[in-house]
Amino acid sequence: MADHGMRVSTAPVEFGDVPPAPSEVLVVVPALNESGSVAAVVRGIREAVPDALCLVIDDGSTDGTAEIARAAGARVLSLPFNLGVGGAMRTGFRFARDHGYRVVVQVDADGQHDPRDIARLVGRLGDADIVIGSRFAGGASYDVRGPRRWAMRVLAWAVGRLARRRLTDVTSGFKAAGPRAVALFAHTFPAEYLGDTVEALVIAARAGLQVEEVAVDMRERQAGRPSHHPVRATVYLLRAGIAFLLATLQPRVPIESASA
Amino acid sequence: MSPATYILGIVAALLAIAAIVELMRRRTLRERHAVWWLVGGILALIIAVFPQTLTWAARLLGVVAPTNLVFFVAIGLLFLVSLQYGAELTRIEDKMRHLAEQSAYHDDRLRQLESAQDDAPGRAAGDAAGDGDEAR
Repeated sequence: MADHGMRVSTAPVEFGDVPPAPSEVLVVVPALNESGSVAAVVRGIREAVPDALCLVIDDGSTDGTAEIARAAGARVLSLPFNLGVGGAMRTGFRFARDHGYRVVVQVDADGQHDPRDIARLVGRLGDADIVIGSRFAGGASYDVRGPRRWAMRVLAWAVGRLARRRLTDVTSGFKAAGPRAVALFAHTFPAEYLGDTVEALVIAARAGLQVEEVAVDMRERQAGRPSHHPVRATVYLLRAGIAFLLATLQPRVPIESASA
Repeated sequence: MSPATYILGIVAALLAIAAIVELMRRRTLRERHAVWWLVGGILALIIAVFPQTLTWAARLLGVVAPTNLVFFVAIGLLFLVSLQYGAELTRIEDKMRHLAEQSAYHDDRLRQLESAQDDAPGRAAGDAAGDGDEAR
């Protein structure tokens, strides 16, 4: 990577205390073939947070997701081929860094996240560097059963230990990242499988960032379906476990100086 | 060992080395990828010309059947080469990812510039916008 060995510092970044202005919020929507739902998601985001920029990362879609999102009023970055959610999010974090956005909120393109929760997530960023929209924290009605649920529990416990917080949902795709997290992730956002969830949180926790959770309600997916197959869940847990172990074995990444 | 097998061993080793050198000469194979292949080829040539080196090395290491030493070294070399390829592949994927990001940024920047140009007063709303002209 070109930006290896950049000047880094673990000290709180200068603007740590100033709350982010709405215009400094970038809502990143990684989208792979979500032409059925992306327009509604974009409109929902623009309605809920009109001052923020809605950036759809078209992750190599072949169904016109980019055009539909653009028509709905989003700024769209089109990746020439599929990089996965991790790769798409890293593109988003770099965009935020290069264009001066201090806060990045990740929202899934399938419509299961309620854009009206964005403000609550961003509001908590004063106390934390990363705020997860948790599907299992109090009051949430999201229902997952069986092996996949256990896999999620184990992961949440393991990541929570590292972050010194009780976490309930570390695989949520609904997250807000504050200035320090944006600086860190623009520099090193894992692009591997599950890198966008488990590994990113491990990197953040080990860099000394504060992770918080906010309960959010999940809506029915507007398109697509979740995977609940037991074998898939087991494979998922194994891969997540490997991702977790590898992430803890990697050298700590200090927070990149935001001016870099 | 009959003279025929002796010759066969030497010819095979020479052919392998010639193939490696030829690929390097044509720049189809870069030196850093060829290192382990060359090491293997040269080892094979040494053993083909002086078979007693193999028996000597096997006795030195306590390997009962000298051919097992050949297999062991061969597998070790193949292992190293595969590992090197894996690492190289990862590096290339990383570069490719970088290029993909760059391409997306440039695409977006062009679009912004074109729309700014279209919006500029006194200009014909040209066909510069190229609607739906997705970079894929």
